[in-house]
Amino acid sequence: MKRKKVDLAQAPVTFAKGVDERYKAATPLRGLLNKVFPDHWSFLLGEIALFSFIILLLTGVFLTLFFDPSMKEVAYEGPYSALRGTEMSAAYESSLRLSFEVRGGLFMRQMHHWAALLFMASIVVHMARIFFTGAFRKPREANWAIGVVLFLLGFLAGFTGYSLPDDGLSGTGLRIASAIMLSIPVAGTWISASIFGGEFPGHLIIGRFYIAHVLLIPGGLLALISVHLGLVFAQKHTQWPGPMRTNTNVVGERMFPRYALKQGGFFMAVFGTVALMAGLFQINPIWLFGPYRASEVSSASQPDWYVMFMDGLVRLMPNWQIYIGDYSIPPLFWPAVVGLGALTTVPMFYPWIEARRLKDKTVHNLLQRPRDNPERVGIGAMSLAFFMVATLSGGNDVIADKFHISLNAMTWAGRIGLLILPPLAYYISVRVCLGLQQHDREVLAHGVETGIIRRLPNGQFIEVHQPLGPVDDHGHPIPLEYGGWVVPKKMNRVGALAPAIKGFFFPVEKPAEAPVSPGMPPVTGQEKREEITTGR
Amino acid sequence: MTSGSPAGRWRFRGVLARRRTAPSRARRRLGAAARMLAALALAGGVYTAFAPGAFAEDTTQLSATAQEGKQLYDNSCITCHGRDAQGVTGRGPSLIGVGSASVEFQVGTGRMPMTRQEAQAEEKKPQFDKTQTKQLGQYIQELGGGPQLPSDGKYTEDLKENPEALARGGELFRVNCTSCHGFGGGGGALSSGKYAPALHDASPETLYAAMLTGPQNMPVFGDNQLTPEQKREIITYVTVQLQQDKDPGGLFNLGRYGPVTEGLAIFGVGITILVFTALWIAGKS
Repeated sequence: MKRKKVDLAQAPVTFAKGVDERYKAATPLRGLLNKVFPDHWSFLLGEIALFSFIILLLTGVFLTLFFDPSMKEVAYEGPYSALRGTEMSAAYESSLRLSFEVRGGLFMRQMHHWAALLFMASIVVHMARIFFTGAFRKPREANWAIGVVLFLLGFLAGFTGYSLPDDGLSGTGLRIASAIMLSIPVAGTWISASIFGGEFPGHLIIGRFYIAHVLLIPGGLLALISVHLGLVFAQKHTQWPGPMRTNTNVVGERMFPRYALKQGGFFMAVFGTVALMAGLFQINPIWLFGPYRASEVSSASQPDWYVMFMDGLVRLMPNWQIYIGDYSIPPLFWPAVVGLGALTTVPMFYPWIEARRLKDKTVHNLLQRPRDNPERVGIGAMSLAFFMVATLSGGNDVIADKFHISLNAMTWAGRIGLLILPPLAYYISVRVCLGLQQHDREVLAHGVETGIIRRLPNGQFIEVHQPLGPVDDHGHPIPLEYGGWVVPKKMNRVGALAPAIKGFFFPVEKPAEAPVSPGMPPVTGQEKREEITTGR
Repeated sequence: MTSGSPAGRWRFRGVLARRRTAPSRARRRLGAAARMLAALALAGGVYTAFAPGAFAEDTTQLSATAQEGKQLYDNSCITCHGRDAQGVTGRGPSLIGVGSASVEFQVGTGRMPMTRQEAQAEEKKPQFDKTQTKQLGQYIQELGGGPQLPSDGKYTEDLKENPEALARGGELFRVNCTSCHGFGGGGGALSSGKYAPALHDASPETLYAAMLTGPQNMPVFGDNQLTPEQKREIITYVTVQLQQDKDPGGLFNLGRYGPVTEGLAIFGVGITILVFTALWIAGKS
């Protein structure tokens, strides 16, 4: 009997051929798989946010299977003996069951929470990268604004999720949220009553937050993330300036296989890090907080870190109550409503503000090194300083207690710091940027310091500089134009010595063969290529 | 004694025997004076016995233990708390009426003697051993009375006999204690450098004494506010649930300080790991 020979190696080819014949997939797929992405570590920060969002969706689906968003009072009869017999809402009871009875439930809950913190943290870090490198400039202004909205949605998703277990800590947070709503003049009581369905806390809020947290907000996030990524795809990625890179091309790696493999690996790394943290670090131990009771407020009651700046601003606000006739505006209104509103919406318009100020209407696909736009860096440093002082003030009681500082001193340090540090940060960062620029230009004008000291016939000592470009008749370098990219400042960067490894990966990284610009593959000669065949 | 017995018999007979003749004038006077004296002595005696005399303490003799305590007091405490524990303005309060429980808390945890005048006395290595602390406590107790630790030495509830004590203690802890000491018992800040200490290493006796006497900036939880049983329930919750490191969520509980340390961890651990990973992955080109 003669068996038909099956060629395994040809199987993918025949399969792909079949797919293409039916669905005409080859042409669009080729375009997609050959799409080029520039390679720089800072371009991976946004991916952390994307990947933690995927983890949030996966773990969140698991949690919904066991969570009961009901405020019906029940008596706890579960295995956690320190709460047995306590009256609590069904939401809190099911969160405890999820933590102590569902297999892997506590791990999933902790993964969900750590992923949420990571999502917000990576959004902020990613935003800082976009901001300081000027990646938001035309044509990407809208994508910047979408990013700010994504932060806001993440903020809301975090707050609603934090409130769902209905424990003592989250109930305190809800109470503060209701107080913030109440502080809005005239409309406050109506807003609070409509959200809570009457007086705080009511019986509806957990159910309402639940549907917001599992459907509305994630839906919005998913839609906006799609648009965000779609725009990156359509407008193409920005890249650093450098050899061969122009405003009209993209130099990098193809989507398939290298970029896709790297992204897959990075997803695994993000997943692993979140799982590691969920396994090692206890987060939000709701069983210690007890069910929410208005009379029980713990010290060190804080919101999660991305809301803490608002809490800090509230703590720093002086007690200025404004009376207008029969009405009053409580001091809470200014930091919590006006402050939060301004801090989350004004940044959205920054790209247009900057373009207008600089009268810049050109398309920018090349990034700027932070030093090349000192004022932008100054504004960024100012905002970060403001955010950090506000955030630290949100935890000022814990800091005061653990570092043995008076809480009153912390509050005053925060008030003064909030006014003094941002301008100081602006000034210092602008000066640092100008200094770095100056140094680059100096090297371009005079060459690299060689470390060789020469004594002239008249006894004068000079350091010999290695010009980076051509020299004039007297041997003086002809000043080079600044290209917005790394300027070699050491002799081994221009090939005089063996190239040293830059960065942290000395033991694993092989030194580059020839002097290269970071981010550029080393230039190597033509290798002898081998044709890969099926081996028949 | 033999010489006294005839006289006693005579008096016995004289009091009980009915007098047949009217007493003489001198005898009547003498009798009236004797009765007067007896009435005065009785009234005065009853008065002195029941009235809290201003000089009553002068006559009170300190017990031997308290004498030892007084010695220690006069060496180490008198500078701030003054002679006979009456206090020194601007330096230390009077200790009249604080009770031995207070002394045993303050001295037993090393808070007293204070290192320096500051917002709050810090816990440190005790300066007096157990016996000396008891002696000091006895002295203060005999000087002015006040709350004492229960003599049976029972500070916790037995969870085998009374399993609900843990949950009830937790409830009481959250109502009464968390506003300063925090959900996890990690302590918290109060105003102007004052603070509620962490409860991680507090012994049941210390916890009981603290509730009973309200040391430093803590309010007093007398037996009318929290009954001895409720105090024991709270102590059971603290020692069983909070002190024995029951953190099912992981190896590190981040001090149970809540979102502050969690926020620190996500940047210090999560973002740091992933930025390095990004550097590594992007470096592989």
